[in-house]
Amino acid sequence: MTYQFDFTDVFSAWPELAWGALHTLVLSGLAMAIGMVVAIAGALGKTSGPKPVRIAIDAYIELIRNTPFLIQIFMIFFGLPSLGIRLSSNTAALIALVVNVSAYAIEIIRAGIENIDKGQIEAGRALGLKPLQIFRLIVLKPAIQAIYPSLTSQFILLMLNSSVCSVIAATELTAAAGDIQSRTFRSFEVYFTITCMYFILSLIFWQAFGAIDRKFLRTPVKR
Amino acid sequence: MRELGSGDIFYILGALRWTLLLSIIAFIGGSVGGTLIALARTGRFQWLRTIAAGYIKVFQGTPLLLQLFLAFFAPGIFGISVDPWTAAALGLSLHASAFLGEIWRGAIEVVPHGQSEAATALGLRYWPRMALVIVPQAVRIAIPPTVGFLVQLIKGTSLASIIGFVELTRAAQVINNATFHPFTIFGLVALVYFIVCWPLSAYSRRMERKLAAVAR
Repeated sequence: MTYQFDFTDVFSAWPELAWGALHTLVLSGLAMAIGMVVAIAGALGKTSGPKPVRIAIDAYIELIRNTPFLIQIFMIFFGLPSLGIRLSSNTAALIALVVNVSAYAIEIIRAGIENIDKGQIEAGRALGLKPLQIFRLIVLKPAIQAIYPSLTSQFILLMLNSSVCSVIAATELTAAAGDIQSRTFRSFEVYFTITCMYFILSLIFWQAFGAIDRKFLRTPVKR
Repeated sequence: MRELGSGDIFYILGALRWTLLLSIIAFIGGSVGGTLIALARTGRFQWLRTIAAGYIKVFQGTPLLLQLFLAFFAPGIFGISVDPWTAAALGLSLHASAFLGEIWRGAIEVVPHGQSEAATALGLRYWPRMALVIVPQAVRIAIPPTVGFLVQLIKGTSLASIIGFVELTRAAQVINNATFHPFTIFGLVALVYFIVCWPLSAYSRRMERKLAAVAR
């Protein structure tokens, strides 16, 4: 083996990498937050909307789930300007992530809504619980318990997926690595470093989500 | 800049075969690797279980794009230069091994423990027990998520375009750079992916519903 590893250039660019990681987190967090709003609206539309709305939402879910994220970014960043909609690369990246994640989150939230047991609501009423208690203990908590694991793993997938946004030069970790790579030509070193960074972020989120789950969602209901 | 002609459309559609071929190779590679991972993960040896679990975590916790980048750059360390073809096939196979391994581990573990005990009581050793008793029952459970992952894999091959492998997405970019009709070209390509992936998704969902109905 004659290859000389040289991480000095990569490590000396740590402010850029930290900045990139921060942007990855901001981009993913924003996309998840907006995606959730879109997905809750979509899930309500799918469970209780009129038929044309339900069909439109189904078509949206199928279309997004069965095409690559990369093509979705290209459509938004390169395709939309020909319809007169011009977006900066960061906005396009955010919109693409929202469009993508909401298609998955709609189905998760819909399952959560359908998980609510009408019989239990009646039982709660019979036991004399107040409407707010019924909503909090019988509707909201089981629904959150049902969707929490899927939604949190969806967030980690979204964060990893956001690396694809580097192709349109959005500000995030993989794009920062691309800049460093083109300056230093240390391709392996820089990509290896940021792969480790993504992995550490995933580990942190796995741990944190797991801890929240154990602390707030798996304990018996407090009265 | 030139006009978008029918030759361009056929060039893009023709590149579909590279997307499909890459998907098939990665799926076969992933099946071999995934079998090993699933067996290691459910086996008797603690150290093998730990290694398999670590492998799965690493691939589930890092972006596919970077797995492909590393598959492209890492062989250079050993003085081997790989073309985008090999790098994409290698990266996607390793990726698929982790995900299929995790899916199949789940399927193996769902088979009731009594089945394994009964087979042992009948005098079957590990391999015949696996091949004759456990796997045939696990396969039924594993089909829907495996087909679901195949859809992920086909979509994932689009990222091979970024390391320079000319498949459907790359072909579209090449034509777009020359003709600049992004909406038409990427719309067409999205449609092609959809036509390939949607039947698989629908099949996966139908099988899943069927299994759920049987279980009830």
